[in-house]
Amino acid sequence: MADVTMRIWRGDASGGDFENYTISQNEGEVVLDVIHRIQATEAPDLACRWNCKAGKCGSCSAEINGKPRLMCMTRMDQLPEGPVTVTPMKTFPIIRDLVTDVSFNYAMAEKIPALMPPPMPEGGYRMFQQDVERGQEFRKCIECFMCQDVCHVIRDHEDNKQHYAGPRFFIRLAELEMHPLDTNDRREFIKDEMGLGYCNITKCCTEVCPEHIHITDNAIIPLKERVVDADYDPVAWLGRKIRRRTKKSATDAAVQPAP
Amino acid sequence: MADPEYETHDYDVIIIGAGGSGLRAAIEAKERGLRVALVCKSLLGKAHTVMAEGGMAAAMGHVWPEDNWQVHFRDTMRGGKMLNNWRMAQIHAMEAPDRVFELERWGALFDRTTDGRITQRDFGGHRYARLAHVGDRTGLELIRTLQQKVVSMGTDVFMECKILRLLPDAEGRISGAVGYMRPTGEMVVFTAKAFILATGSIGKSWKYTSNSWESVGDGHAMAIWAGADVIDMECVQFHPTGMVWPLSVRGILVTEGVRGDGGVLRNSEGKRFMFDYIAEMFAAETAKTEEEADRWYDDHINNGRTPDLLPRDEVARAINSEVKAGRGTPHGGVYLDIASRRTPEYIRRRLPSMYHQFMELAGVDITAGPMEVGPTCHYMMGGVRVDAETQAATVPGLFAIGEVSGGMHGANRLGGNSLSDLIVFGRRAGIGAADFAEGRAGSPSVDAADIASVIDEAFAPFGREGGDNPYGVHEELQETMQTLVGIIRTGPELEEALAQLEDLKGRVAKLSVKGGRAYNPGWNLTTDLPAMLTVSRSTALAASLRKESRGGHTREDYPNPDPEFAKFNFALSSEGGNWDSPIGAVESPLLPMPDELKALLEEAH
Repeated sequence: MADVTMRIWRGDASGGDFENYTISQNEGEVVLDVIHRIQATEAPDLACRWNCKAGKCGSCSAEINGKPRLMCMTRMDQLPEGPVTVTPMKTFPIIRDLVTDVSFNYAMAEKIPALMPPPMPEGGYRMFQQDVERGQEFRKCIECFMCQDVCHVIRDHEDNKQHYAGPRFFIRLAELEMHPLDTNDRREFIKDEMGLGYCNITKCCTEVCPEHIHITDNAIIPLKERVVDADYDPVAWLGRKIRRRTKKSATDAAVQPAP
Repeated sequence: MADPEYETHDYDVIIIGAGGSGLRAAIEAKERGLRVALVCKSLLGKAHTVMAEGGMAAAMGHVWPEDNWQVHFRDTMRGGKMLNNWRMAQIHAMEAPDRVFELERWGALFDRTTDGRITQRDFGGHRYARLAHVGDRTGLELIRTLQQKVVSMGTDVFMECKILRLLPDAEGRISGAVGYMRPTGEMVVFTAKAFILATGSIGKSWKYTSNSWESVGDGHAMAIWAGADVIDMECVQFHPTGMVWPLSVRGILVTEGVRGDGGVLRNSEGKRFMFDYIAEMFAAETAKTEEEADRWYDDHINNGRTPDLLPRDEVARAINSEVKAGRGTPHGGVYLDIASRRTPEYIRRRLPSMYHQFMELAGVDITAGPMEVGPTCHYMMGGVRVDAETQAATVPGLFAIGEVSGGMHGANRLGGNSLSDLIVFGRRAGIGAADFAEGRAGSPSVDAADIASVIDEAFAPFGREGGDNPYGVHEELQETMQTLVGIIRTGPELEEALAQLEDLKGRVAKLSVKGGRAYNPGWNLTTDLPAMLTVSRSTALAASLRKESRGGHTREDYPNPDPEFAKFNFALSSEGGNWDSPIGAVESPLLPMPDELKALLEEAH
């Protein structure tokens, strides 16, 4: 097979530039194979994250020819002819080369109120397949954070990271809200702390999801409907005003230990 | 030389590794109110547990009410060819159901039976359908559930931190761990009253493996260097079904669930060859004909199990023999066919990630045609010798769980028993380490000179000119282990392997790297290679000593099991404590098994 030219962004927080590597390729290889060959030959210090190399761990996210992709699931023979450009995810600060600082996502995860199932002796819960399947779709998420990378609310506006959780956490919240055993109410929290309203459903997240999760249709829109129902229903609004001090809001629930 | 710089952290319990077992241990220790931290080489939630596909074995009896812990215990011991620590196998079988229910309470969404309970799937070597699962991504469900629980408890996590060495205090108790933060390359020292190793496997020393880069055996090696015993290091599991084509994906796992859900193995002549490879030990419970095997899926009571679901060691050897006899596929595997036996809808629902994986990586539609599969280095049965009740190693202050521990699975692990192992013994180690930490007086301290020498050694490749490229040395190590310490072994080849590994020691001592310390994978690999060599030498040594075939260890020159070798494990330990020190081996007798458990093993079903 013909050699291929890889244009790889190299640098760190202080800056960087593209470097070209012209390298051999073999039948059936993915981008990560070629990156590994560059490491083993020309650039042993080329930084990239990876683990499973089978599309299951979500470590090797990068932007290939400008589009967020898993390097381990992108076959070289399916890219257009010519040089292949590989850059780190844009939404997150650079650590080195293709590795970014994704700690924003771990900080968001810490804020999410845990599942609160009713007490039950071991083995006593009953849930039906049709009911768990809604949540199972969201639990396919491999946390590659490409939906976060492509979401313009944080991709183009760094300051929104203070009050916007992003698509990965909207599916997490949808999963908890739709969990057959959950008794927690996170609707105020989703609106006030997670910034769901900032999402204007452009579906960019759905398009890049390597697990083909219907992020917008099955998680974000139903979540918006729930939040709106709670927030703009005048009876519910009045009820909250009156019972403010006794109602267990999501924020209260968040500090309670999970059973 | 100036004193090295490093940051320090002190805790009650430090857990090294954040896969299923490390996370489960952290939950337990944290619930005791102790100061607990997890230290992991990758980002949280990326550990190799995410790769587990088929499910976790627990005798809940939801599909077959006949199932119970006694049958699970029997299956586990027979699968392990009786080399197991029987007490671990018993604890595992008894406690696994409660651990699965606990995951459900923490949010795991398992697939359900029609009456709304957790459903269970058939797997190799298990008498009854026993594996709780979520399609074919059970490992992801396990790790995410535990990760979310750990995060909700506010546990400290040090991500992308590689630990190099464990250090004792003056009394010999493990009290410190020295490592570096991968993003910055800065050194870090953890002190704690108890350390739990949860570092996973050793597969990256082989060329074709289902393991990720993390599986370099650094936990096994650190335990050996710290003076702990390791057992069963010759018992490496080659999973029968890894992908074989394209070459770049060779070794990636194809779940046993394909066969559990109806898939069968065929050779190039279209024959279901597993009927020719039924060992006497399994003859009574295995189907004799294809018709019986096909009836078994719906009626486990009156039919024998399909031989496609014999334990993994049996199936892997059979595939190897078929390929050697010239009945393999064009790329040197055999066919795994579910397309002709189940509907496309069923296959896509039960095995979504297999469908996706073959479609994307190999351009094969598994609902329309067969997969090509062959053995791949998958799982390490051997590891740190531990106390069955607490997972305590033979060195005080040290605990080990999951793949870095030994004994639970004997000479061969049954599919589905690893995820349940993680949660059963993760919890037990959490309790064991918490008890130890609470009972230990004073603050743990380690010798600053010891710390300095670990740091010097780690940074040495930066200052060296003209040494080997670590990637080249790693490739040679993989070639040695793949060709000489692979699925079928012989005495002369193992001697040759030991000699080659001695040569590689000299080259690992003189590696050179360029670049800086921050996120430098070339340098990171130089810090993995000493561990890989220690572990590879241990495996080759133990394999040369076990002059019989048993479970994952197959000797062409000793093709049968030998009852004399069934009486002991080989226990290995370091003679010097350095990565290049000699390794010694002794025969360590198996624990005597109570008569009532022995009786369980003799029952036909």
